[in-house]
Amino acid sequence: MNRADLRHMAEAEQERQERFRCRIMVCAGTPCLSAGAQTVLDSLRKALAESRLDAEIEAVASGCMGPCSRGPLVKVRQQGKKEIIFERVTPELARQILLSLAKGRRPPTVSALPPDFPFLARQMKVVLANSGSINPERVEEYVAAGGYGALAHALHELTPDDVCREVSVSGLRGRGGAGYPTGVKWNLARKANGERKYVVANGDEGDPGAYMDRSIMESDPHRILEGMALAGYAIGAEQGFIYVRGEYYLAGRRLEAAIRAAERAGLLGSRVFGSNFNFRIDIRTGAGAFVCGEETSLMASIMGRRGQPRQRPPYPAQQGLWGCPTLINNVETLATVPAIMGKGGNWYAGIGSAGSKGTKVYALAGQVEIAGLIEVPMGTTLREVVFDIGGGIPGGKRFKAAQSGGPSGGCIPSGELDTPLDYESMQRVGTIMGSGGLIIMDETSCMPDVASFFLDFCRDESCGKCVPCRVGTVEMHRLLRRITGGTATMDDLAKLEELCELVGAASLCGLGMTAPNPVLSTLRYFRDEYVEHISRHRCAAGVCSMAEVPAGPEQEALLHAMGGAGEEA
Amino acid sequence: MSVVTLTIDGELVSGRRGETLLQVIREHGLALPTLCHLEGLSERGGCRLCIVEVEGSPRPMPACSTAAREGMVVRTATDRLIRYRRMIVELLFAERNHYCAVCVSAGNCELQTVAATLGVDHVRYEYLSPRLTMDLSHERFGIDHNRCILCTRCVRVCDEVEGVHTWDVSCRGVRSRVIADLNHPWGRSETCTSCGKCVQVCPTGALFTKGAAVGEMVKDAGMLTRVIEGRDKKGWQE
Amino acid sequence: MGRRGRIRFATVWLGGCSGCHMSFLDLDERLVELAGLADMVYGPFMDAKEFPRKVDVTLVEGAVTNRANLAMALMLRERSRIVVSLGDCAVTGNVTSLRNQLPVADVLATFLSCGEGSVPAMDYNAVPELLPRALPLHQVIAVDGFLPGCPPDPERIWTAIGCLLRGEPVHLESDMLTFG
Repeated sequence: MNRADLRHMAEAEQERQERFRCRIMVCAGTPCLSAGAQTVLDSLRKALAESRLDAEIEAVASGCMGPCSRGPLVKVRQQGKKEIIFERVTPELARQILLSLAKGRRPPTVSALPPDFPFLARQMKVVLANSGSINPERVEEYVAAGGYGALAHALHELTPDDVCREVSVSGLRGRGGAGYPTGVKWNLARKANGERKYVVANGDEGDPGAYMDRSIMESDPHRILEGMALAGYAIGAEQGFIYVRGEYYLAGRRLEAAIRAAERAGLLGSRVFGSNFNFRIDIRTGAGAFVCGEETSLMASIMGRRGQPRQRPPYPAQQGLWGCPTLINNVETLATVPAIMGKGGNWYAGIGSAGSKGTKVYALAGQVEIAGLIEVPMGTTLREVVFDIGGGIPGGKRFKAAQSGGPSGGCIPSGELDTPLDYESMQRVGTIMGSGGLIIMDETSCMPDVASFFLDFCRDESCGKCVPCRVGTVEMHRLLRRITGGTATMDDLAKLEELCELVGAASLCGLGMTAPNPVLSTLRYFRDEYVEHISRHRCAAGVCSMAEVPAGPEQEALLHAMGGAGEEA
Repeated sequence: MSVVTLTIDGELVSGRRGETLLQVIREHGLALPTLCHLEGLSERGGCRLCIVEVEGSPRPMPACSTAAREGMVVRTATDRLIRYRRMIVELLFAERNHYCAVCVSAGNCELQTVAATLGVDHVRYEYLSPRLTMDLSHERFGIDHNRCILCTRCVRVCDEVEGVHTWDVSCRGVRSRVIADLNHPWGRSETCTSCGKCVQVCPTGALFTKGAAVGEMVKDAGMLTRVIEGRDKKGWQE
Repeated sequence: MGRRGRIRFATVWLGGCSGCHMSFLDLDERLVELAGLADMVYGPFMDAKEFPRKVDVTLVEGAVTNRANLAMALMLRERSRIVVSLGDCAVTGNVTSLRNQLPVADVLATFLSCGEGSVPAMDYNAVPELLPRALPLHQVIAVDGFLPGCPPDPERIWTAIGCLLRGEPVHLESDMLTFG
């Protein structure tokens, strides 16, 4: 494969697509598939074959279109017309759409999203540019959309140093949660001495409610491969690993297929684009441990060891896989790189806010009218995201708080709705950007209960290597259960806060260090709810079932002493 | 030999490049509690008792797995650190069933000693009281999971010194258990050489020689350095 | 304070083996000294039926393991100025709390069916009801000082009493602090 071949491949695919009068894309992301997208696609294909329309109309599986709670989603693209997205499509509805298209009529509008649907119109898609508009299982479609152009350009026109500089100029920061400047990381890895170097894409996304990375891997796998190859070229690595969460079967399968297709086409492997650059990518599948999203655990797992973190420094860029310098980036970070290399670092740096450049993908979930995947410029306010894009809170209820950053993050209360979503502002209100999960809560959410949920998660996912996290999270969860069960005392609350301090300060890795955040941030904004649970045995949201207010001091003492119902450790 | 100079608790001290903070601190006669660290084994950094404050670092760092660097300013015994260490010991006692009164290692137990040294006279946290077993299937030794603090000295000595890797850890978090082979009874382990190193390095009464009654299990902490030195000097060939 | 500035001193025996009290007796001649400085107002060694009011110092042996222990713990807390946990069962739960790994029903079933012949006729209602778990004293009431050991040897007890007689909080050096 050389650059001319790439151009031919793109042109051939464009021609092929233009031969169809109409393309019907059925979202084949996990949310839509679980809502029945496969039967929709099957029935479309069957109907096309039966009516012999398959030369004019093509039905294809695509990646994620965004408004996941409205799935299965179907997008109709007709030449010279505006595309239409249909929501909640049943096989029956799909046949109707097809019928009207065949007769050249406007498709039925019953379940079509309006053309100016704010959920879609107010987004800015960079990482998700191809999601929902190409078939992720065909490399030709990615190439036709301009894919691998940035890699071809870099290999021929740019030095590794140039690539690092461009990434630095873009101001891109790690999208996995920590927000470390990507350019700095790449430079460190580039300058590190090592016999061999590695690039690792972290696809072990595990925050409850977050699925940005899964969606990117499912919807546009080649974008990640191209980003990894660019990273490999920039730092001088010939081997990349994608670490995919074990539960992400579909993502793993599509990546696997994408790697094979790219290798067959000569886009990966030896002498990529006729240059001297060799790059192989392999997949490693996780076995279901949240802690393996932490980079040192992830590397241990790739090397076939027990997935436990180790003390940093040394950082992976100094000593990573098998002791060699290793560049680890989140999937979303790497997927941003082809766009940066394609359009320039300055272009990317022009998007977003002062300290946080570019766009960010969020998984909008919880008590919001339209749940799904969105991509907006950094600095978009929470209010815009929840009310303009997400359509507000369903059922006429009030917005109470948004949990960002999953179990490592914190909540943003209604008073801070105008917080711009960027690294600095979110830190200022006591939470983190995290990987991009946004769980919206209304007044039916009880904040101590929410904190208890996340602590339960951390307790369950603690690897057990260090004592503060292993035992501290269990004790914190017990104390929270006492609070939500109405048996806690104010002394328990003090103990809880002290444990938050210890676990945050003394744990070995990021999982433990951030485990107290949901407690600390809900305490910061909703302390009165905690106190009300303790001193008045009352849960305003009506979520917690409180222990009966005991009769007599003896019963009361017993209730406090025994705490919540015991559980198996 | 290159030297690094650093400040520890206000004193200017020197150490060799490549040494850990813990080594430098102990060489200068300062006490720092540890449980998972053992001279001769790789560092784990898991018990977090040896945490120290390093100027410029936002969080306390474990001295055992932090390299001593030129110009570091280190504090080993601030009120905050002592409070954290006490809490960590309390958590360890709450985690499993450490009944010192009926333990083979009472009086010779590192956990017991560390607790007393730190002034831990009671545990404020809820005892988790897990139901744990003992494995007495080995003909000479026994393991009592009730007393295990998951320091993994046994795992490391078996892997790194004996070269066998009979021991490892199964499950995760508070459910973690030390297991022999693929979770077989110790006595049926096909890899165990019955060398007993794990028993000698275990800081508590979790691993013991059968037949020991309360307080009778005295461990030989110097065994490991003697083995390693003997091996390095090829002492057994003469 | 009691007569002529002497402190009113009590000991209580909850869920323990009385080993701590035995160790207390091992103070030997120092008991005489103690008797000179304090009024012993309640304890297994005293002929007193009810825990008195206005006690200055109460040493408590044993874990809180049944209803009677619980009631006693609440009462002694209300009536004592300073409460000190005496020995590991009060401090940690110790052997008394070995049963916490099992639900109470299982404990009783095992107890009632073990050994030579079963004792089905035993009237379990005649003894105080077991709590779901045996607890260290400080998890039930506020405790002002801790005296670990199983049992704490007489030196420890005497050191602690010394502190209390001087009106100071209990302070033991680390060699006197070990559990077990």
